[in-house]
Amino acid sequence: MSDGIAAHAPLHEHAHHPALQHQFNTMEQQQETVTLGMWLFLITEIMFFGGLFMAYLLYRVWYPEAWAEGSVELDVVLGGLNTVVLIGSSLTMALAVRSAQVGAPRATVGWLGITMALGATFLVVKGFEYAHKFQAHHVPGPDFVFEGPHARQVQIFLSLYFAMTGLHALHMVIGIGLLSVIAWMAHRRRFTPEWYSPVEMSGLYWHFVDIVWIFLFPLLYLVDRAHHFV
Amino acid sequence: MTTPLLPREHYLNVRYGIKSWLLTKDHKRIALLYLITVTGFFFLGGAFAVLIRLELATPAGDLLSSDTYNKMFTMHGVIMVFFFLIPSIPAILGNFLVPMMIGARDLAFPRINLLSWYIYILGGTFTLWAVIVGGVDTGWTFYTPYSTAASNTNVVATGLGVFITGFSSILTGLNFIVTIHRMRAPGLTWFRLPLFIWAHYATSLIQVLGTPVIAITVLLVALERTFHIGIFDPALGGDPVLFQHLFWFYSHPAVYIMILPAMGVVSEVVACFSRKNVFGYSFVAFSSLAIAVFGFLVWAHHMFVAGISVYAAMVFSFLSFAVAIPSAVKVFNWTATLYRGAIWWQAPLLFVFGFIGLFTIGGLTGLFLASLGLDVHVHDTYFVVAHFHYIMVGGAIMGYMAGLHFWWPKMFGRMYPEPWAKFAALVVFVGFNLTFLPQFILGYMGMPRRYHAYPEEFQVLNVMSSAGATILGVGYLIPMIYFIWSLRYGRAAGPNPWGATGLEWTTQSPPLTENFPVTPVVTEGAYEYSKREMRVV
Amino acid sequence: MSGHIAPVRSYVLIFALLMIFTAITVVVAFINLGPLNFPVAISIAIVKATLVILFFMHVKYSSQLTKMIIGSGLFFLLVMFSLTMTDYLSRGWQTYPVGAGKPVEASGIRPQGSGLSQGSGKP
Repeated sequence: MSDGIAAHAPLHEHAHHPALQHQFNTMEQQQETVTLGMWLFLITEIMFFGGLFMAYLLYRVWYPEAWAEGSVELDVVLGGLNTVVLIGSSLTMALAVRSAQVGAPRATVGWLGITMALGATFLVVKGFEYAHKFQAHHVPGPDFVFEGPHARQVQIFLSLYFAMTGLHALHMVIGIGLLSVIAWMAHRRRFTPEWYSPVEMSGLYWHFVDIVWIFLFPLLYLVDRAHHFV
Repeated sequence: MTTPLLPREHYLNVRYGIKSWLLTKDHKRIALLYLITVTGFFFLGGAFAVLIRLELATPAGDLLSSDTYNKMFTMHGVIMVFFFLIPSIPAILGNFLVPMMIGARDLAFPRINLLSWYIYILGGTFTLWAVIVGGVDTGWTFYTPYSTAASNTNVVATGLGVFITGFSSILTGLNFIVTIHRMRAPGLTWFRLPLFIWAHYATSLIQVLGTPVIAITVLLVALERTFHIGIFDPALGGDPVLFQHLFWFYSHPAVYIMILPAMGVVSEVVACFSRKNVFGYSFVAFSSLAIAVFGFLVWAHHMFVAGISVYAAMVFSFLSFAVAIPSAVKVFNWTATLYRGAIWWQAPLLFVFGFIGLFTIGGLTGLFLASLGLDVHVHDTYFVVAHFHYIMVGGAIMGYMAGLHFWWPKMFGRMYPEPWAKFAALVVFVGFNLTFLPQFILGYMGMPRRYHAYPEEFQVLNVMSSAGATILGVGYLIPMIYFIWSLRYGRAAGPNPWGATGLEWTTQSPPLTENFPVTPVVTEGAYEYSKREMRVV
Repeated sequence: MSGHIAPVRSYVLIFALLMIFTAITVVVAFINLGPLNFPVAISIAIVKATLVILFFMHVKYSSQLTKMIIGSGLFFLLVMFSLTMTDYLSRGWQTYPVGAGKPVEASGIRPQGSGLSQGSGKP
């Protein structure tokens, strides 16, 4: 009845790593699986943001003047600063993963802390930008007021601005929360060079959020700074 | 041959109590959690269908107001698509069988699996709440600007339910892909995998790539509805067709999420009940992937009359013809498998015969819709309704029933009563055709969909359709009864009542929590029936 | 991926490159390149993203499967963009033979009745 499916001697894990989950046979299998899972999740995030980028693409093609008028209202200095801050946080995140890789828990916690601080800085700057928009009545909705011939289309631009940067900021908040948990685990010496996947996976998530901003910055802040349209 | 007995310990009796179910990490228990809740949603969606067919038994719109009728078909669609068809086979049969078929102890991420069920429940709760407080009347397709600007029903609540449930689908797909890549037993190469696994792999690709797009689309609808930002509103410079592009980018591949798992079931059942290797195994395997990939390229065939450019319509029409090819490849290969097989007329095979015939009709009528000239005439008529019900009900649900019957003995260790199952299959087949065949004619004659009243000359066909729906409903109730009966009184099944190949049949029924006491090693292909006895039971 | 430990300076080097590209993208944005501004900005962003993916996210040292997953995600994203734009970009094209009745003006890619000028937005 069991032709072709020979019985196999039960596996004995001589050194059963405490972090090895029961469905896996080896730590290596677990680590490869977890990495694959995180990448698939990031692909879903790409498609999720992708819908917003699709809307952006269509309306930029349709309303280039409105895009220029809207973009010039954004503060390129703050946007540029935030770009530097976020890319910097990617560097510190990569260094945190590296510290976990080489078994340096204090450095791991330190670099994670700096990453979180930079992330928080990004959000604070974003908060200032949003507050400014709110005061200028540039928030789409019933209170929206905009001087210019293309006010309706600028509202679409700003809607996409808020939707895209808002969704991005939400992901950053989640990321900072995630990193605080990882930092706590690192502090409790839960990671070793044999098992540091949670740090690495958090790193992948953080870098992804950085990549989204790498596209958002030129697409939102740098549309027509050379005044081709306006 | 000794009468099989139930094993002493298995995954159902290893631990008792509500916590052991609600906090389980066992993929088999999670599958049963899904079975219960998905079945509940099926009958709720069916209840809305009953009201629709009751209204349509008479030409006048006399049972329900037009606003109420709009809510009926909307809720029927939303519940059936998102809460029944999308999860059904993957979350129930897939969750139960994928680890077993590849010789693993569980899926790659058991806790994420449980989370996906809780997310499903949360999304379902939002949608149920929306139903209770008054429903939605936009159609399950939520077209703008009606859904964003004009409808005064619970669009945001329903949309939120759909948004949340989408993540359940994403997590299931993610889990399957990773599991199939990384947790196969030693010797189980890709081309020794059961075709059920290939089908679920392809389905999972669609779930992971497509579902996020409808998530963001529903989110934009909610934002638009709340803040009137103009993204889909033509009065503010937005394009309602953009919504349709984004919506259908997911919702077309979604129909392949609904059909591919059923095709996987068909491959397994056809092989077992003709005692033969599946003809053209690699063609069937690759066709699953081809359907998944091509399925992402055809979405605007839902938009031919929405105002898209004729040139784009031509491109999408051509691609829609192309996507039919891999499905046809499967039908040819199943037929070739059955040819000169030792046919064993059991209920799973009867449901599969229903699938093959009805899916072929549904698929062919899809070609009618893919051709631009014809679509102009039959778009938004009952022709379309009949087409997709042939695929979804005649195809996907038949496949689901076949799978439930085939693997019920494995899941519960007990056989269902075979004569009743054959009878149910017959009732479902007759009821289904009586319900939906007249709808092709109605659509061709011009009866529009989503209308609660119609001209008198359409009444005879509508009455036939409503009569058929009653029979179909009875056909679904009968298995409910005998499946539940079998849990207590069904004959013990033993490890392999069908004499089927597949790793899941090498272990006890019901299985142990860890599936295999010893990890199997695979040395041959998936359907080596030539080496088997004709029958075990 | 596990096993490859990059030296600290390699990360700092990538960071420096990312800073340089950020500066370039800002400076170039203020230079009028006409229709080229958009593709240049996107290209620089793609280069930056590629650096992050290959080096910060270790994809350069990851399995073929990881690379295929990323590739397929990007592929379907591009499918969504390009196939959707085939609709919008071809909407204004002629759909009937000339002389078959009063012709509608070919409207280019801008939406009909939006009151906006045709073609690209030259002032």
